[in-house]
Amino acid sequence: MGAQLTEYKLHIPSRAENLELIRNFVSGVARKVGFNTEDINKIELALDEACTNVIEHAYRDSEGDIDIAIKVDYQKFTLVVTDKGRSFPFKELEMPDMKQYIAELRVGGLGIYLMKTLMDEVEYHSQPGVKNEVQMVKYLLQKDTKQGAAANPAEKK
Amino acid sequence: MSAFEVRRKDVDSVSVIYLEGYLDAHTAPDFEQALQTLVDEDRIRIVVNLAHLTYISSAGLGVFMGFIEDIRNKGGDIKLAELTEKVYRVFDLLGFPVLYEILDTETDAIAKYEEG
Repeated sequence: MGAQLTEYKLHIPSRAENLELIRNFVSGVARKVGFNTEDINKIELALDEACTNVIEHAYRDSEGDIDIAIKVDYQKFTLVVTDKGRSFPFKELEMPDMKQYIAELRVGGLGIYLMKTLMDEVEYHSQPGVKNEVQMVKYLLQKDTKQGAAANPAEKK
Repeated sequence: MSAFEVRRKDVDSVSVIYLEGYLDAHTAPDFEQALQTLVDEDRIRIVVNLAHLTYISSAGLGVFMGFIEDIRNKGGDIKLAELTEKVYRVFDLLGFPVLYEILDTETDAIAKYEEG
């Protein structure tokens, strides 16, 4: 297939009721690309968390639009989530200490931890007042080394 | 549109909440409401049966986090039962098995309260 890039896009209002549609969109593409069920679940959750952040933080005060792009080449499955709402203190929340987190029973902020745990790369870029962008990558090459895991029908739900 | 459903059953002093479908930022308020109702009724020996929960995000996990301290301070608890492997994995990623008692069956979870 070479380095050919295929791109899939979804432009959608920032409403929580749309999260299901967003998950179905990304899981459909991830399945088509050949990820196994476990990886599809991870990708779906990571994108949900990124979009939930946009809905609950970036557009906390008023609804806006979320742009989701999925870029697939032979090595990487890349998710790009863009919004035009308020910036998110992403860096400050870099990998919270989960033990402390649990001990303090802190609510919220778990999404960032999940995104970083579920995906191979996570980056956040913000141009305040212009746009915010979360980019997450899942490597595709691994699937070849997992003895056909991509087509494992025995995977439990 | 019933992609998510919350049901409740009272077994003596224990209340069982059944979650069905997906628990995300859209549906979390329904679960929150169900727990709040139990707290208001002072029924704080709670089992959440997750056998038919197909998906959970941090918004759903946050509901558990938001109630547990208050409920334990009042002498109650939230115990989890019948998690699917998919949902358990998400709980596990966030270290929930340390914080919550997770039982294989609803009966086991109810019995835990009877032990004292």
